[in-house]
Amino acid sequence: MLEFFSLADPNVRYVVLGMVLLGASTGVVGCFTFLRKRALLGDAVAHSVLPGVCLAFMLTGIKHPLILLGGAVLTGWLSLVVIDTITKYSRIKADAAIGLTLSVFFGIGILLLTIIQQSGNAAQSGLDKFLFGKAAAMVGADLWVFGGLSIILIGVVILFFKEFTLVAFDLHFAESIGLPVRFIEIALASITVLGVAVGIQAVGVVLMAAMLITPAAAARYWTDKLPKMVFLAAVFGAIAGIFGAFISYQGASMPTGPWIVVVLSVIAIFSMLAAPKRGVLSRYFSMRKNNSKILEENVLKIFYHLGEQEDAFFESRKIADLQSRRNMSNRRLKEGIRRLIAKDLLQHKDGVGEEWLLTEKGKALAQRVVRLHRLWELYLSQYLHLAADHVHHDAEAIEHIITPEIEAQLVEELDFPEKDPHDSVIPEAI
Amino acid sequence: MITQVENPILEVHNLTVAYNKKPALWNVDFSIPKGKLVGIIGPNGAGKSTLIKAIMGLIPLSSGYAKLFGQDLNSVRDKVSYVPQRESVDWDFPASALDVVLMGCYRRRGLFRWLTKSDKTLAMDCLKQVRMEGFADRQIAQLSGGQQQRVFLARSLAQQAELYFMDEPFAGIDATTESAILELLSEMRDDGKTILVVHHDLQSAYEYFDWIILLNTRLVASGPKLQIFNPKLLQQTYGGKLSVLSQMGDLLQEKEFPVRE
Repeated sequence: MLEFFSLADPNVRYVVLGMVLLGASTGVVGCFTFLRKRALLGDAVAHSVLPGVCLAFMLTGIKHPLILLGGAVLTGWLSLVVIDTITKYSRIKADAAIGLTLSVFFGIGILLLTIIQQSGNAAQSGLDKFLFGKAAAMVGADLWVFGGLSIILIGVVILFFKEFTLVAFDLHFAESIGLPVRFIEIALASITVLGVAVGIQAVGVVLMAAMLITPAAAARYWTDKLPKMVFLAAVFGAIAGIFGAFISYQGASMPTGPWIVVVLSVIAIFSMLAAPKRGVLSRYFSMRKNNSKILEENVLKIFYHLGEQEDAFFESRKIADLQSRRNMSNRRLKEGIRRLIAKDLLQHKDGVGEEWLLTEKGKALAQRVVRLHRLWELYLSQYLHLAADHVHHDAEAIEHIITPEIEAQLVEELDFPEKDPHDSVIPEAI
Repeated sequence: MITQVENPILEVHNLTVAYNKKPALWNVDFSIPKGKLVGIIGPNGAGKSTLIKAIMGLIPLSSGYAKLFGQDLNSVRDKVSYVPQRESVDWDFPASALDVVLMGCYRRRGLFRWLTKSDKTLAMDCLKQVRMEGFADRQIAQLSGGQQQRVFLARSLAQQAELYFMDEPFAGIDATTESAILELLSEMRDDGKTILVVHHDLQSAYEYFDWIILLNTRLVASGPKLQIFNPKLLQQTYGGKLSVLSQMGDLLQEKEFPVRE
């Protein structure tokens, strides 16, 4: 392992370099496939390059990468044309056309591969690597061809970045400003086909779609900026590439494709879970935060309501007092009280165990929540014409999230009200 | 009731458009003078969006042509701006409001060219005009429907055109945005720009526009609003499709027959 990562062996160096370029370029190209919602099309192209590779070999008898690549690009493109033609001129919809084309092309590819393998041609050994990939097989001429193409792909994306972005976001607008939309779409399709053709050496046709789409899908979680997303996809692709090279270097008989896909999946799952804002965990924590905010403010409100009732806001209260006002379990109440004390919104009564009272700060917050509750009730009854007994439950939820800006608008639209629909006084803003 | 004008800024001549062989617009023929705020009005499925898409060359024509500034679209694209329907794009795209407005500068900047500081200044200025300068860096999915519409308008302003085509800019937006947009369009008109707006609401149309095009798969009327708003023309527009016409459309589609020989 150390031997691998020290990159002392020039062979290892070349394979790693090749895989980094390849992973990065397919990741970059995949961003646009992903954003144009053409992920399935990428899969169809990947499967459709197999017959091309086989045919190129059958016709020439040579295994030179440029020749095989030529065949791959040819049938990859052909599959796109077939899909396009089927959707345009028949009643078959795009998803069915993609499924049909993918399976027919792949079927023919496997058929040709079997014929080649049974022909006894000694030069054929290694063609089956195109099914599941073998990174370590990428040496000599392969490296130059695939590495070079990867750099060209990245270059094309940088050159056309603005145009690709616009076509992916708003095709009609792009057309309306006189952009050569047909040409750009063909360029986009071409880099997808080339990206796929370049990647099959490492991942194989069966799993190539993952190499194209997964880095983009994972990168989308981390950012809302397209240049950043493309960069991240390149990094993810490169990481997967390095790992693929490593696996290929370790186990002699192990195909690289499945391992690359495993690495990419781990990156994607991690992104799904841990990414800020869009990630599952971050959404879970923000939900937790909302729930504790609701609990805390509800407990504070009980103190305020009791204070309002007796006109004594800073009187200390026991659990039983609080429960007489609002039905809450001991556990929940104590949990809320504990949090409020930590935030200096409640305090213990001196020397007495289970009694608490509002701090100045706590009273202010409680008053604000009650104020928002009553403002919202009034708003609902005036603008939605709801009866006074229908508005309470809505306001219970809304009171926790009204912002000061919306509060100001409410006050204005309600014309600086004093009482809510239940005739309770709306406390003043502090 | 079709008022043709001298030296029109837009002339649509005998335009027929078919989707899937079925005509969506039959022989539409009208002209529009410069400096008007024009409403394209009609019921659902009347072909209002189809009309401006056809003029912008976004869908193939079965017959007829449109001339802008007396010329083909391709020679005057710099002076023409198109605002698609808000729902036509996926707003979950990784872009900020400013990014979208900058797209309005792409044509002037040209292929392979990076945007410059002056483009950015212009885009910010356009955002200011639609009162969205505070949202420049906001991801577009986090904007409300009305704000998204205003971003689209700002992008259109960034094109600095003379003739504007807007597809339903008033659909699904809040009242504040509606009056802000209307104010902006009126200012543009007063500056001598010509604006064609696809609009679904007959009630507000009279108040908003100077010139009205009534459409229901065929042109019912085109002219100054005072002449257009009469019960007879409105009845013709909204009183259902012409039965024979729509039957012919179905027949053309069924037989896969060309609209023109």
